[in-house]
Formats: sequence, C-alpha cells, structure tokens
Amino acid sequence: MEKHTPLYDVHVALGGKMVPFAGYMLPVQYGTGIVTEHMAVREKAGLFDVSHMGEVTLTGSDALANLNEILTNDFTNMVDGQARYTVLCQEDGGCIDDLIVYKKAENDYLLVVNAANRDKDVAWLKAHAFGDAWFTDVSDEWGQLALQGPLALKILELLTEVTNIPAKFYHAVFDAEVAGVPCIVSRTGYTGEEGVELYVAADQVAGLWQAIMDVGAPHGLIPCGLGARDTLRMEAAMPLYGHEMNETVTPLETGLGFAVKMAKPNFIGKVALEAAPRRERIGLRVTGRGIIREGQPVMAGERQIGTTTSGTHCPYLGQPVAMALVDKGSVAIGDQVEAVVRGRKVAAEVCALPFYKRAK
Amino acid sequence: MEIRENLRYSEDHEWVLIEDDMALVGITDYAQSELGDLVFVNLPEEGDEVVVGEAFADVESVKAVSDVLSPVNGTVAEINEDLLDAPEHINSDPYEAWFVKVQDFDGEKDLMSAAEYQAYIDGLS
Repeated sequence: MEKHTPLYDVHVALGGKMVPFAGYMLPVQYGTGIVTEHMAVREKAGLFDVSHMGEVTLTGSDALANLNEILTNDFTNMVDGQARYTVLCQEDGGCIDDLIVYKKAENDYLLVVNAANRDKDVAWLKAHAFGDAWFTDVSDEWGQLALQGPLALKILELLTEVTNIPAKFYHAVFDAEVAGVPCIVSRTGYTGEEGVELYVAADQVAGLWQAIMDVGAPHGLIPCGLGARDTLRMEAAMPLYGHEMNETVTPLETGLGFAVKMAKPNFIGKVALEAAPRRERIGLRVTGRGIIREGQPVMAGERQIGTTTSGTHCPYLGQPVAMALVDKGSVAIGDQVEAVVRGRKVAAEVCALPFYKRAK
Repeated sequence: MEIRENLRYSEDHEWVLIEDDMALVGITDYAQSELGDLVFVNLPEEGDEVVVGEAFADVESVKAVSDVLSPVNGTVAEINEDLLDAPEHINSDPYEAWFVKVQDFDGEKDLMSAAEYQAYIDGLS
C-alpha cells in the first residue's frame, strides 16, 4: 500500500496521473503532459512535489567525523547553510545511495536521501555511527517542494525577503519564511536549471504549494510531475540512483569522482575505490530511428561494451538520448555505436555529458 | 473523450474505418490520452501481414514504448508516412492519424460499435 504525500488531494484535483513511486502515490504528469511541463521548466518555471524524499538529521560533537568516515565527500570546510553532494558507499565501493548533506550549524547537519533508499540508509548510518553522533529519520515530518526554472527566483521574491534566498548555488537559508510559512530555502535542484528546493513542515506544504502557484501562474509557472523530473535530469545528465548507480556500481565508474575525496585518510569504501575503475558512464545521442531505453545492450561492432542505464526522448533537445555504463576506454566521443532495442539495432553516437547545459 | 459513430473499436483501443475495400487502423482518443505525448512511431512495411491481437506497430511516449495490436487480419497496403515525422498528430487528431490501410481484411465484425466502446471504457475507470 503506497503512502500519500500531503499534496495527494491537490494532485488529484489538478488532474495528476497518479502512479506508485518509491512507496508513494505521485503524479507522473498532469493534464498538460510531460513535454509541456518539461519546456515550462526550461523556459519559465515548474513546481514539483518531492515530499517523498527522505530527511535525516545528524547531531552530536562527533557529527563531522562521522560524515567524513561514512560518506565519500569531505565535509571539513563547510560554512553554515552550505550543501554538499556525496555518495554513501559499501566497503566494496558499491553505491548505497547518493545524497545531499547540509550544514545547519556546528554539530548539526541535515541529510537528504532518496525515498526508495531511506530505510536501508538509516539502518546503515545508525550501524556505522560512532561516538557522540545521532542519526534521526525525520522524513515523515517534512514535505518538500522544488521550484525550478529561469523564473523560479523571481517568483520566490514575490513571496519572501531577498535575504531568505541563498546568494549562492548549493547554499541554504535554514530559518527562512516563504508566504508566511517557515521553511528551509535551498538553492539546489534536479533539473539542470536555476531554482530552489523548499523544506517545509508536512502540515504546511499544501498551503505553501498554493501560495507559490497563485503568484507564479501569471508568470507561466505550472505543476510538474515525475515524468518531467526524469526527462529534465536526463538532459542535464544527472545520475539517478537505481539507474546510473546501484550497489554493484562505484561512484568512480558512474562519473561522480568529484564527490569522492581520496585524499581523506579513510572512509568506508576507500580501499576498494583505489583500484582503477573498470567501467565508465558515457552519453549517447541517437542517430538512428528509435528511442534507446534503460537496460539495452550497447554494441561496438559485434562486441557488447556495456548496457544503457537511462534513455528517453528529451523534449528541449528534441531528440532521444541515453546514458550507458561501458567498459572503460572502449569508445571515445564521436564514435558510432548501436543499442539493441527490442531486437533491432538503433545507431547512436558517443557524445559529451551533459546533453544540456543552461546559459549562465 | 471523443468516440466517433462511424468507426469500429477493439478492446485494445484501436479503431477501424472501412473505406471502400480498405480498413484504416488507428488508436483511439482514449488510448492517446492514456499514453501521453507521443514522440516516436514504428510502422510495418507495405505487404506485411497483420493478425488480430498481434503487434503491427509501436508507439513511444516520453515514458514508455507500447505495442499497437491489429484489430483485423489482412495485408498492409499503405502506411501513413506522415506519422513517422509527426507522431504528435496521433495526440492532436487521433481519428485522422491512421497508421495503416489494410486490404483483403477480415475480423472487423467482431469489433465493438461506438456505443459498446463507450460502455467498455466507462467500465475501465
């Protein structure tokens, strides 16, 4: 039985096509459709319910030491309000999850994890915690909205003081208020676009959603579902847990080396990650007829070099693209490969990632 | 949800229009609405045999690929090449966006009338 987010009734009233996702019923799209929702985020703004995401607090005088030991990134030089992307690895280097760590204050952190991994993450974190460090799952107390698009900050300014909007990317204001609702305003997102994510008490999320829609709709803001969230992150080549990474894929193989700090004296998975990665994540631009999807063999001539991890038609690019994990060094940018799509070979060209990068 | 009186319908949401000695086949307004924005269509070749209940084409939305099952038996006489470049026409005008014209066909007598199809989709929701 799937759980409902606090916005379930709002989605249904808006004509959302509700589907089970990571244990929740969420809208895959509204009546406008994925293409329109996707384009709204690229050109104006979109509002997403991401209340399914998991939130875990970490407090205690050994909090920082725990983060540096259990996670791959280095959290030593963070200022209050700063966010940092990281991976949670097993001893063998496989990914348990990818997450964002916020420093609220000294010895006071917030971890935001994937909904589908929440229970196993919390179990792992608690099992590996040491000293004065306390992980607490607070997911059910929090809702989360993502306001994304080139007009996102302009819309937010209509509802809050500018001091509540973080000046820099990957920073958050913890004691903010938007439309009179206390929340955390974080300049982060999963769309490749400017925007914020808002963490808010579960019982206030519906009011905040309505306030944002009311002021944003005249500027072109529309509600967006999981379908557009996936095509947007795909164009921006952002990895998705369960696709580009899982417990059998290391962060180095899937191109997350920037979040793995091998210079740290130790962290879980470090020894395994010292070996050279066997695979790498590549981008594919489809040149043949068809759409390459997840789990399809990638062939260089007659030899299978890997498997696709995600693939779809990208509305803004107006063409299908895919990502794949392949044997390292087996192909280079510009090479021609083929994917086997339902028994049929579809041609593609290896291309640089990301597929889409917004103009600054 | 538009349902046209002059068409016959399958349980898999294909429509058939009998025009002279040809059966034109497409997907219904209900089907396109359920599938979402279509971005790719794969059609058979002229001369291919089609069989009731078996896939003769596929359509892809942003999210997924779906088979289109033939509502009649027969031989493909013509394909709608316009759809290859403009699959969005299936969304905007599902009853004009025919996929194939089938000749020497049969099986159309087993299909539903407009009223029967209306009752059928009412029962699905």
